[in-house]
Amino acid sequence: MIYSTIGYYSLIFGLVVSLPIFFFSIKNFKNEGIFDSKIIGFSFIQLLLVITSFLGLIISFIISDFSNETVYNNSHTTKPLFYKISGTWGNHEGSLLLWLLVLTLFIFIFLLRSKKLLKNYRILTVLFQQIIIIGFFIFLIDSSNPFNHIFPTPTEGLGLNPILQDPALAIHPPMLYLGYVGSSIIFSSVLAATSLNYISKLWATHIKQWVLISWLFLTLGILLGSIWAYYELGWGGFWFWDPVENVSLMPWLALTTLLHCVLVLEKRSTLKSWVIILSITTFTLSMCGTFLVRSGILNSVHTFANDPERGLFILSFLFVLIFVSLFVFFVFHKSEKEEVISFTLFSKETSILINNWLMMYFLSVVLIGTVYPIFLDVISSEQISVGPPFYHKLIIPFLIPFLIFMALGPQLKWIKSSSLEGKKYLAFLLIISFVISFVIVKNFGNNLLINTILIGSALYLFFITVRDFFREKTQNFSQNLAHFGFSLLILSILFNNIFSSEVITNLKVGETFKNEKFKIEFNDLKKFEEKNFLSFKGYFLIEDNNSKEKLEPELRVYNQPNIITSEADIKITFLSDKFITMNTVQNEEYFNIRYQVKPFMLWIWVSVLLISLGGSISFFKRKSL
Amino acid sequence: MKIHKFIFLFLILFSFNSLNASEDELKKNITKNLRCLVCQGQSVYDSDSEFAVSLKLVVENKIQQGLTEDQIYKFLTDKYGDWILYDPKFNKNTYLLWFLPLLILFLGGAIIAKKLIKFKK
Amino acid sequence: MKKRIISFLIIVTFIFTFVIFYKGLNKSSFYKPKSEIKEIPKFLSKSFFSKEEIESQKLFDENKFYLFNIWASWCVPCRDEHPILVALSKNKNLNLIGLNYKDKITNAEKFLNELGNPYKEILIDQDGTRAIEWGAFGVPETFIIYNNKIVKKFIGPLNENSIKEIEQIIQ
Repeated sequence: MIYSTIGYYSLIFGLVVSLPIFFFSIKNFKNEGIFDSKIIGFSFIQLLLVITSFLGLIISFIISDFSNETVYNNSHTTKPLFYKISGTWGNHEGSLLLWLLVLTLFIFIFLLRSKKLLKNYRILTVLFQQIIIIGFFIFLIDSSNPFNHIFPTPTEGLGLNPILQDPALAIHPPMLYLGYVGSSIIFSSVLAATSLNYISKLWATHIKQWVLISWLFLTLGILLGSIWAYYELGWGGFWFWDPVENVSLMPWLALTTLLHCVLVLEKRSTLKSWVIILSITTFTLSMCGTFLVRSGILNSVHTFANDPERGLFILSFLFVLIFVSLFVFFVFHKSEKEEVISFTLFSKETSILINNWLMMYFLSVVLIGTVYPIFLDVISSEQISVGPPFYHKLIIPFLIPFLIFMALGPQLKWIKSSSLEGKKYLAFLLIISFVISFVIVKNFGNNLLINTILIGSALYLFFITVRDFFREKTQNFSQNLAHFGFSLLILSILFNNIFSSEVITNLKVGETFKNEKFKIEFNDLKKFEEKNFLSFKGYFLIEDNNSKEKLEPELRVYNQPNIITSEADIKITFLSDKFITMNTVQNEEYFNIRYQVKPFMLWIWVSVLLISLGGSISFFKRKSL
Repeated sequence: MKIHKFIFLFLILFSFNSLNASEDELKKNITKNLRCLVCQGQSVYDSDSEFAVSLKLVVENKIQQGLTEDQIYKFLTDKYGDWILYDPKFNKNTYLLWFLPLLILFLGGAIIAKKLIKFKK
Repeated sequence: MKKRIISFLIIVTFIFTFVIFYKGLNKSSFYKPKSEIKEIPKFLSKSFFSKEEIESQKLFDENKFYLFNIWASWCVPCRDEHPILVALSKNKNLNLIGLNYKDKITNAEKFLNELGNPYKEILIDQDGTRAIEWGAFGVPETFIIYNNKIVKKFIGPLNENSIKEIEQIIQ
């Protein structure tokens, strides 16, 4: 109880502290002196108060203090400790507290790391960020209080959904938030820099670190979400173009494009407008995503409680931020001479620009696909679904030029490439890639034309980046690693698609299924009693041309709450995953068995890790100037 | 040059809709495109709910009766509305849906091309 | 000047988006299928009592009102609405026909013995495919039929309001 009270009052005081932050910031902005360290001091106090509040909530969860409504709704005495703690941010109120924590933490780190930069720039960044922080404080205290008191105190909590008790799912939100919410700093500092006309090469170097951090966490957060979906949800897929997934992909696309623009800005002092617009867009998309997911406006798999009233607050807040940023952009941004393109058609800048254009197109496809049903429903009361086929049809064809420019771009020089170096060699690699691709698709796949060109382009990027690892000329190892990772990702996904095979059948114990590819023996079914569920394990022997594999999928019957989950058994190897799930069928003797062979799954995860590694190496590189 | 690029791209887009021969493949493709009405975001192919199981049977029956993919979709959208299809149909409700991204692509390309040409001069 | 036009357009777009999202908040995200069918579907199924195959056309006479109810013994709301069905069956203008959905015959018989049988005829839909012909996706669902056309559809259990509506229709 006391912890919840401390938590609550810390929140109130945290909000109050924005007053001195505003006061001293505005005062310092107007006078000529150096940066007032009191601003850092009060920001730190605000951070400490939010940390205290967050700890108050965590402790309430750990001790199962059910007088706190959030704890009551989302926890249970029998939950393992790790999941009690992760339950803190696995609900709406707690996750907003996590938002606040990242917002206040990042602005504090920003202040520490920007000591050499213009005083007024730092102050304005603090002010813009405070607007966001205050918005979240009000939202929390007013409509999403994590410290609501209930009386009488219940003896047991409600929150024991077993699907949510998973390590990947526990870390997935904090990672995502470090990404999403981290982009708030980019937002605030871009608005500050625009107002002061401070955007320059030097500023680009500084903001690049923030873009990299935000991008890195967002990439890892999305990866964790996909891994969880693959292992837990049992359908063997990892991306479904569900609104919630799309909502995390959109800021990622904006952030990746922003990263490339900042790199160009850093080298060549151009593409300033792009940098400003993309920075605003990224954070706007994060907020928009929060709105779409938490307000109940969309129908999807996410488990957050939906509440239109909260939705209205986020919506209004979001649009306030949009209008503020539009105002700053249109009033303060001067289109200078540097905006005129100063590079030729045949240059590195052009290929980055083209791929940025393509990425913005991908972003618009995802955005339109996600929100169009809402618009249609409101305007004409017609309800439609927009699912994977839409996204595939619009995105896949354009991946081809995207991959090719990604391969050629690093080969070109800045400003002007008089001729492409090693033209013959590059053309040769292109031909080889397409030939190999053709052979693979002809023998194993379908959709000959599109797949051949697609795989060919991905292979091309693959070969070029591998070659570049060994060349002395290649200066940018982190870029090469990230691009290599991307080629590997596309190739893994494509090969996974082509070479996957699957069998769905109904079997009862003792029966065997056989076709030309596999033999599945259902040998045994055993019942086990666990702490909070009843487990039915199936013992299967799977034989194919190369190997025999024992797999043991499980059905779990929980009593609190009353649900049945199906736990897949997955054998992971270097080359492929063998994936089996078991489900009940109306006739109780039979079970519905779904066996899939999924090649290159491990490579899908590894390639995203490689992309992230490339980004983190860039982050840690110090310019030896 | 640009026009050629676009024509090429449209050709590729259309080559996407090739149907598969065998009945199993057809059933798989259709049920993957159907939305399970009682689940939260799953296709009929992936779902094990009662409704999905029955719907899979219905699709199988219709395939055996000789209906084509489009006829089966029409049969189901007549009963359940367009919402049951994951691949949005191309009708007056969805023109904007399909064209808007391409429009944005075109506009973006035009702006960039204009700026590049301006510099050349 | 160009900047002014662009900023104006952008602001208008955002205001429009805001209004749409605001209105969208108040709409439910649950989907109620809008069925286009007006004609009753033709299908084959076994009769509950006689275990013979019946063609659906033979059941529905043109000049009478029929109430077609999809139910199952394992469905809790069906229990709740059953007394209403029994009451409606006493109305001479209305003939009740049931579709037993994905059920075990012994359980269905128990259900009827316990709560009464309002149905003139019951059809069996073991695998759920016939319910789909009617555009149903769960239980219970009820259809009012006249002249081989569906006049009204109820999704979910019947209640007091439904009774009033039905009685009005069958006048």
